Amino acid sequence: MQSMAIEELEDMARRCRVEICRMTHRAKAGHPGGSLSEIDILCGLYGSRLRVDASNPKWADRDRFILSKGHASPGMYALLAEMGFISHEDLESYRVLGGVCQGHVDMKWTPGVDFSAGSLGMGLSYGMGCALAARMDGSSRTTYVMIGDGEIQEGAIWEAAMAARHHELGNLKVFLDRNNIQNDDFCEVQMRMFDIPAKWHGFGWAVKEIDGHNMHEIVEAIAWLDTITDRPAIIIANTVKGKGVSFMENNPAFHGAPPNDEQLQLAMTELGVSV
Amino acid sequence: MTEMGATRDGYGDALLDIAADNRVVVLEADLGKSTKSLHFRKAYPERTVSCGIGEQNMMLIGAGLASSGYIPFASTFAIFTERGFEQVRNGIARPNLAVHICGSHGGTHTGTDGSSAQSIEDLAIYRTLPNMVVMHPCDTVSTRELTKQLVELNSPSYTRTARNKTPVVHSGREDEIKIGKGIVLKDGSDVAIIACGVLVHEAMKAAEDLASQGVSAAVIDMHTLKPLDNDLIDRYVAKCGSIVTAEDHSIIGGLGSAVAEYTSSNNPVPIERIGVKDRFGESGEAQQMLDLLHLSSPHISEAAKRAVARKA
Repeated sequence: MQSMAIEELEDMARRCRVEICRMTHRAKAGHPGGSLSEIDILCGLYGSRLRVDASNPKWADRDRFILSKGHASPGMYALLAEMGFISHEDLESYRVLGGVCQGHVDMKWTPGVDFSAGSLGMGLSYGMGCALAARMDGSSRTTYVMIGDGEIQEGAIWEAAMAARHHELGNLKVFLDRNNIQNDDFCEVQMRMFDIPAKWHGFGWAVKEIDGHNMHEIVEAIAWLDTITDRPAIIIANTVKGKGVSFMENNPAFHGAPPNDEQLQLAMTELGVSV
Repeated sequence: MTEMGATRDGYGDALLDIAADNRVVVLEADLGKSTKSLHFRKAYPERTVSCGIGEQNMMLIGAGLASSGYIPFASTFAIFTERGFEQVRNGIARPNLAVHICGSHGGTHTGTDGSSAQSIEDLAIYRTLPNMVVMHPCDTVSTRELTKQLVELNSPSYTRTARNKTPVVHSGREDEIKIGKGIVLKDGSDVAIIACGVLVHEAMKAAEDLASQGVSAAVIDMHTLKPLDNDLIDRYVAKCGSIVTAEDHSIIGGLGSAVAEYTSSNNPVPIERIGVKDRFGESGEAQQMLDLLHLSSPHISEAAKRAVARKA
């Protein structure tokens, strides 16, 4: 695909941030914090590398993107609207009965969603299945999975980490959104994880650490992933939960809480939307 | 001499029967020798995925493969499938991905390994999941036929097989064996014994015993617990007016519950349920376990007489 310019990707991410705030405000619920931390990576991936077709979302040989941290669905929906998989009007259906945009991403409800998530620790295993299928098919398609940092406290993540290396899945790529906050509090309070890169190195993965909000680094790292072909690879993206909205940044309160009316106005101003 | 066989061998044979379909893949969790997927592995290593001792991962690898057009058959001990229950619930049943799970060594019949290995709740928990087909066949012939039919099933399934041998009762009636259709093994008019799995043969013995006492008992092999063969139940409710259910499974939530749930809302008749009465098992030989837990034929006969006596 034709890669978008860095400035275009950055502006797409800004527009997605606007929608993330609007969606969660409208629904009076949802997860803005982790959506804002992941969104630069999602935009970088879809805008520079992912082989998908909005006019044919079920194209069998498409690349797969699995949002394992499925609560961060507003980010995914905002991006899918940008990419033309769903309409901007669909975003108004977030968490609404019968709506295209379910609370957690769901492949049965939303075109362009490859996995029904919502329970942490599952997407990496599912992605392994997709990657094995691609290999059995003799296809060069790639499977990308995004997991959260709190999510790696789930034991099943490590079953998958071990198995993916055993099976030498060079077509499986993971982003870890290292935003340091989980539902109840900072990760350091809930469950210290110590040296996360060392853990993935220990499981035999190719590992790269980046600033998950620097679009140059993101696009470069996505290109680096393509150079790893003999084993699974992970990008540990250091991010800020709530990135782009001052009062949400690094604030555990906005893991699973929407902005109120006043906060939305402030967020819009900060994101360059005239109100 | 009655031909004997372990239903897990029926599963292993069926995997080879359907292997010509390149969409069929086999997932193992270090128990291929026990569940009998090892024969497929030997013949088709490129379509066999070792998941190590990691059942949660295995279930979702299956989901990913199914989403990509493959037909995964994942097996481990029945009890260890339960470790991945939420993966099955959220990752397989909810998106309705046709992953076929085989839990071998189910029930107390698995014997001397003891209570940790004796899954007596598997049928109940999988039965609660929308989209899931749940089966517990009684012999090698039906296990083989039903497993082969899963290739054409566009929804996920759970099949319990047994470690120890049971009599082969379905030889020559392969054409009658269909997912979701119970099989009348013996006709009768006083009471219908609806059984699954390893208790089907016990039900047949009970029916012979009852005949000698002047009680005419029908025996139905209800190998599929979900979807339940409601039409067949209706016919035998009308014909016999009383029912006994028999399963090597908790009395809570399995075949007896399924039959009672259906009949109580439609055409209530006296039902006596044979099952494990809300307790765990222990180490013992298969037949000893059936006797200890009051699952064997004398207990089925007694239940049948109680059911008949309760008819108005």
